[in-house]
Amino acid sequence: MAEAAAVAHDDHHYTSTGLNSWKLGFWTLIGSECLFFGTLISTYMVYKGQSIVGPFSGEIFDIPLTTVSTFVLLMSSLAMVLALDGVQRGSRKLSMIWLGVVILLGATFLGFQVYEFSHFYHEGLGLDTNLLGSSFYVLTGFHGTHVFFGVVWLTTLWVMSARGKLPPSKALNVEIAGLYWHFVDIVWIVIFVLVYLIQ
Amino acid sequence: MSSHADAHGHGEGGHASVGFYWAIGGILAVLTALEVAAYYMELGAVEVPLLLGLSLAKFVIVVMFFMHLKFDSKLFTGVFLAGMVLAIFMVSALMLLYHVVPGLGVGA
Amino acid sequence: MSVATDTAAAPHTAHHGEPTGLWSWITTVDHKRIGVMYFLTSVFFLLVGGLEALLIRIQLFKPENDFISAELYNQLFTMHGTTMIFLVAMPMAVAFFNYVVPLQIGARDVAFPRLNALSYWIYLFGGLYLNASWFVGAAPNTSWVGYANLTSTQFSPGLNVDFWVLGLSILGVSSIMGGVNFITTIINLRAPGMKLMRMPLFTWMTFVTSFLLITALPVIAVALIMLAFDRFFSANFFNVAAGGDPVLWQHLFWIFGHPEVYILVLPAFGVISDVIPAFSRKPLFGYPVVVYAGVLIGFIGWGVWSHHMFTSGLGPIADSFFVATTMIIAIPTGVKIFNWMATMWGGAIRFTTAMNFAIGLVALFTVGGLSGVMHASAPVDLQQHDSYFVVAHFHYVIVGGILLGMFSGLYYWFPKVTGRYMSEKLGAWHFWSTLIGFNLTFFPMHFSGMFGMPRRTWTYQSELGVEFYNQLSTIGGFMLGVSTLIMLYNVIKSARSGAPAGSNPWGAPTLEWSIPSPPHHYNFPSLPEVRSREPMWHDAEREAIEAVTLAEPESEPVMPGPSFWPIVVASGVTATWALVMTGVWWVPLIGLAYTTFGVFMWAFEDPFKHLKSSH
Ligand code: HEM
Ligand SMILES: [Cu+2]
Repeated sequence: MAEAAAVAHDDHHYTSTGLNSWKLGFWTLIGSECLFFGTLISTYMVYKGQSIVGPFSGEIFDIPLTTVSTFVLLMSSLAMVLALDGVQRGSRKLSMIWLGVVILLGATFLGFQVYEFSHFYHEGLGLDTNLLGSSFYVLTGFHGTHVFFGVVWLTTLWVMSARGKLPPSKALNVEIAGLYWHFVDIVWIVIFVLVYLIQ
Repeated sequence: MSSHADAHGHGEGGHASVGFYWAIGGILAVLTALEVAAYYMELGAVEVPLLLGLSLAKFVIVVMFFMHLKFDSKLFTGVFLAGMVLAIFMVSALMLLYHVVPGLGVGA
Repeated sequence: MSVATDTAAAPHTAHHGEPTGLWSWITTVDHKRIGVMYFLTSVFFLLVGGLEALLIRIQLFKPENDFISAELYNQLFTMHGTTMIFLVAMPMAVAFFNYVVPLQIGARDVAFPRLNALSYWIYLFGGLYLNASWFVGAAPNTSWVGYANLTSTQFSPGLNVDFWVLGLSILGVSSIMGGVNFITTIINLRAPGMKLMRMPLFTWMTFVTSFLLITALPVIAVALIMLAFDRFFSANFFNVAAGGDPVLWQHLFWIFGHPEVYILVLPAFGVISDVIPAFSRKPLFGYPVVVYAGVLIGFIGWGVWSHHMFTSGLGPIADSFFVATTMIIAIPTGVKIFNWMATMWGGAIRFTTAMNFAIGLVALFTVGGLSGVMHASAPVDLQQHDSYFVVAHFHYVIVGGILLGMFSGLYYWFPKVTGRYMSEKLGAWHFWSTLIGFNLTFFPMHFSGMFGMPRRTWTYQSELGVEFYNQLSTIGGFMLGVSTLIMLYNVIKSARSGAPAGSNPWGAPTLEWSIPSPPHHYNFPSLPEVRSREPMWHDAEREAIEAVTLAEPESEPVMPGPSFWPIVVASGVTATWALVMTGVWWVPLIGLAYTTFGVFMWAFEDPFKHLKSSH
């Protein structure tokens, strides 16, 4: 009888590929998200240079500023892999430090975005001003929303870690949050070049 | 600390060493610097392909090493690429339809 | 509750250990119950959409009729189309995904049971929200394709389009999550030996459809978001005065829209690819070809969308490209039709109701495919576009193809779900009234369309000479209404008093027929090992499998417990979207806060807590 129960329990963890379902499902979701951002980016690209009235992108984009925020987000991805490494090793100290760094960098990126949005707004670019306003704010805004959710998610993990509830056996939680975070980063890599650098 | 310093040093979860991650981070930073430099240098016709190439490199590096696709099951790559390929297809098709085909001068 | 009992002496009935009552359905995470709820809900919406259609048909019965007003007519055909596509055809297929796929691959549930429940509740709430528009007298009225810039606040100032744009985006969330769930389930939860190329065709088509769901739905979601930004926050995406291009909406809609038609039809193809072999007593002819054709259709389906836009002036280069791809996609479709026919060829065919519906699908879908290839040619389409000819085309593929496939599946799997057969006598009535009513309704539309009757128009002049055809259509429409009621009666009656069915009432070949009817809530006491494509048709293999699947386990397998949080999160998502309607940016945040609360409770809920309390 004990054996039967053990079999049943094993069955529960059985997968045909040996892969973890959460991770597989999450990669699938990322595939789906590619289309979500793909559509937003398509729209931006179709409307690029089609605004009838200003301000136009060349007049208001601040490349040095965005370079800094891009760099911040990129480095947060580095911190993310280090955080995962810390959790996998069971080092609470490293986990908390690096998760904390990711959170801080993510928040910094958001800060830059808030600054950028309000700056553009004062330059006369509203959501309803022209095609640039609509397509730019909605694309980067949805990206920012993703960053925001990432920060909330990672903060939750940080709190768990602080309470000692993030042992190596739960590294998968961090790994999946990490996949999300890196995905948001690669979307920004694309946005940075297509929206900011190629005008 | 796991002792491997190269890309092939992967355990079951496929994680490389800390030093390796820092190196990748460094490469990404350099590539970003190159992008911005290319932007300011106004290289004419090569600028756009160059920028696209550089960002593609960053993209691939993050996906392969930070997201571990290089070390992980091909199935993860598969479900990711299913979406990614269609997304690239869609962006390119719409760009063609809006910015290239109308300019071909065939009366519509 | 699915507590593992330690007493082997407890009586083992099919429903052993399963909770009952309303609360158990609200909190269920069992894929079979969710499947049943999906099915019942989609039938409910079928009745709603059918009623709308009949009102349309009454209005069109004679020229210059004024049975209903033009405004109401617009709402009726818009809600009819939107309901039938998003609230009937898609979720009815998902009902079968839910019930059947885990059983076919030898799994105890889907990969993410709670997420599955969430998909269902969002579907239900989204559908109710969309239909709530009737009660404020502002049902959507700009057609199921909602072309810009008719949908702008300038031309559609009322709440109508608000309901549409928000309702559809809610439903999109449900579909995407469903897609993720089924992809993961099919890749990861197959029983030992169930290789990809041994999977039943229905599972295969679910797999392909799921990929289409996760890739096509985000496109329409973004298009809807942009429209919502235009309407609520004065963005310019489709605002011509600011340089916006309404044709972009058409592109995005159809980049989603054409894959969507394959989202709709592939599950039906899957159903009959299982039904036809079962009732021909022959393995599916050319199994790998049918699989690859399905995959190919899913793929090419992404490259044909502009055949819906031949009249919007994309120019000869683009038109030619899309003419070519559209004609090419007919090839794998045709291949499947030949495979079904070859399967029946020389088989010992049993004409059950399920089989009749499957054969009906093959015939009627072919008609729709042919008219499709006709207007795949751009010059021809210039004549036929937006006429009743197109209406005939897509009803042949959607009703003749999809709905018949779903009915076939209903008769086929009903004994598995309930342990009882559906009445074959009522089934015959259902089938023949559907077949006759359907052709009477839609075949004449080819002619009214050719004579120049435009679609989505409130009425017509008698000089057009289409009155006769319209009368036929209306009579046929009412026959279809009657046939639906027959089906409903059959379902209710058979569920109560149908003849009892055993574990494999049809002598069918696939794994779902190896377990008791109805199945235990854990489906498989322990996982069977599969060695072929038709495990139940090879005696040695069948016996080995049934020794496992029909056995009473000493202790029940561990299953995740019920959860209240899916319905909480679903109501939160719906509320968040619905509150956007207020047009005040911070109001939806209230809904978001509530949703976030639900998500956190969910995340920290232990699905197995029900086990711990009993130890
Ligand atoms: C042989 C395969 C098919 C071909 C070649 C084909 C071709 C076409 C074309 C060219 C149109 C545009 C006609 C117009 O608006 O002027 C069209 C419309 C349509 N087709 Fe198909 N089709 C095929 C299969 C299907 C299938 C399988 C479905 C659904 C399951 C479907 C559903 C529709 C719908 C709903 C519309 C009308 C959309 C609207 O304007 O509201 N088609 N088809
Ligand atoms: Cu189409």
